[in-house]
Amino acid sequence: MDINEIIKPENLVFKRTELMTDKTLSYCPGCGHGTAHHLIMEVVEELGIQADTIGVAPVGCSVLAYEFMDIDMTQAAHGRAPAVATGIKRLWPDKYVFTYQGDGDLAAIGTAETIHACNRGENIIIFFVNNGIYGMTGGQMAPTTLEGMRSSTSPYGRDLASMGHPIKMTELIAQLPGTVYVTRQAVHKAANVRKTKKAIHKAFEVAKEKKGLAFVEIVSNCNSGWKMTPVDSNIWMEENMFPFYPLGDIKVDGKIVKDLMSDLM
Amino acid sequence: MSEIRLMKGNEAIAEAAIRAGVDGYFGYPITPQSEILEYLMMERPEERTGMVVLQAESEIAAINMVYGAAGTGKKVMTSSSSPGISLKLEGISYIAGAELPCLIVNVVRGGPGLGTIQPSQADYFQATKGGGHGDYNLIVLAPASVQEMADFVELGFELAFKYRNPCMILSDGLIGQMMEKVEFHEQKERTKDFDQSWATTGKTKDRERNIITSLNLDPELQYEHNLKLQEKYKRMKEDVMFETFNTEDAEFLLVAYGSSARICQKAVDVARSRGQKLGLLRPQTLFPFPEEAIAKLSKRVKGILAVELSAGQMVDDVKLAVNGRIPVHHFGTPGGKIHSPDDVLKAIDEKLLGGF
Ligand SMILES: Cc1ncc(C[n+]2csc(CCOP(=O)(O)OP(=O)(O)O)c2C)c(N)n1
Repeated sequence: MDINEIIKPENLVFKRTELMTDKTLSYCPGCGHGTAHHLIMEVVEELGIQADTIGVAPVGCSVLAYEFMDIDMTQAAHGRAPAVATGIKRLWPDKYVFTYQGDGDLAAIGTAETIHACNRGENIIIFFVNNGIYGMTGGQMAPTTLEGMRSSTSPYGRDLASMGHPIKMTELIAQLPGTVYVTRQAVHKAANVRKTKKAIHKAFEVAKEKKGLAFVEIVSNCNSGWKMTPVDSNIWMEENMFPFYPLGDIKVDGKIVKDLMSDLM
Repeated sequence: MSEIRLMKGNEAIAEAAIRAGVDGYFGYPITPQSEILEYLMMERPEERTGMVVLQAESEIAAINMVYGAAGTGKKVMTSSSSPGISLKLEGISYIAGAELPCLIVNVVRGGPGLGTIQPSQADYFQATKGGGHGDYNLIVLAPASVQEMADFVELGFELAFKYRNPCMILSDGLIGQMMEKVEFHEQKERTKDFDQSWATTGKTKDRERNIITSLNLDPELQYEHNLKLQEKYKRMKEDVMFETFNTEDAEFLLVAYGSSARICQKAVDVARSRGQKLGLLRPQTLFPFPEEAIAKLSKRVKGILAVELSAGQMVDDVKLAVNGRIPVHHFGTPGGKIHSPDDVLKAIDEKLLGGF
């Protein structure tokens, strides 16, 4: 069979979304940010809501998300994305508004903005990419850095007594009445990519219903910051990140579907 | 229909905002400006005009809500007092960098630190020299009456949209808290056909996406952006506003703004009744500063006294305008205390007339 006989619309199983620009991604090879970007844009494309969607980029590796996502976007100050999204959503109540934030952005400097946007039940979506480190600034300790994990500001490993505990922001905000759908996913394997995409779909559905906030955490690697090869970083993530940040839905349709107490231990 | 009411300055700002067709207000309580948020909540502007009013979790959140909302191209504002404005500075710098129009009200209180809740003009530098990081300027309006508190809301938005630049109303606890007669314009409709060419309105197929950002990693582009901003700030000179009292034949001049200008006006009246030829120039815009008007007057008068509720801030701009031509003195009361017309008259005798 000639290859041109195969390239036909009816044989198409996967197509690059048109809602990603042609700009080359600025992420390190092996990083999960690019996959997460693609998935969000695929969902926006499938729902046909490009003209109704406004995104908010954080400060972090994804500060330039607006260069890659072909939608109107606002670039927020470090940690302030949920407040910026609140402002947009309140003035455009019928648009879909989402933030895309890293762990330093969302769970350290922006903790107050995150908790209060969740608590007000803003009808926005928060995408939270948790790589356990400050990627952009060169691999410093993040609020989500695991116990014993090395970073440039915890070179001997995170010491809980002096540096505090890694924070499970997602479990925390799930307990607020303003959140409707809270889930934790990953994008390092095809099966996870499919699950994450489903979760993103669900998040946009929740946003459409305007019943409160949808929160999608994506546990991701940072092979550069962790100083590992992409493959090793994914294995390390499965062995170390997932036990502490277990994947799956935490809250669905406003009801907690997981034993949070055992998880918070 | 226009309407005359007796109101506090803070309430006048709030009522004027509703009548000006403002789309959104985001704030956080702090004395002496909480009446703005309280009045808006009481008035249910969402029912009167559809205006959104939200109490944020902090001044940081409030200014970032303004940043996001201003990016939609609509008319949005916030208000606070000195410690809260310090918190907002990061956001204000972003708003200036991203060239978004919005209105920020500072009802100044005495500092530094938590300071006092009494009136002060000690945030002049912060307001007129940028305040946050980077080379930027706000348009700064200085109301001296409850009427101007109301009028400057509409003026502020007009200038903010003309230049796509944040505008600040620099008031203080005196003007914010005192009650005066104020005439309001009739209710304006909220704008439906606002300029959406640059705003986050949702990308349609027929246009490029609109991005609100202050980021330009390429120093060459950031340099160009800065030059463009500076050129804009220069253009603002055409909107300079000030008032003069008894300057025609004045031998000595007071320069004062806001509440201090009201006190100075009384001092000028008393001095005139004593036969002293005193005049007053009151800047209504602090940025742009009426430097040309002051320079011109400095060729006619023998000396100038800048009178402020601070340890001496605006006096620097007066000196720059005068450029050493004549002596420029300062009389100020920092820390939340208010000088009386007699205090000003004494300072005039000691500093202005004493030397001649
Ligand atoms: C106010 C402020 N403080 C600090 C920084 C420096 N900074 C930039 S990105 C970043 C950390 C980002 O880490 P994270 O949110 O985890 O995202 P990642 O880069 O890992 O995707 C920091 C501290 C900044 N830009 N602004």
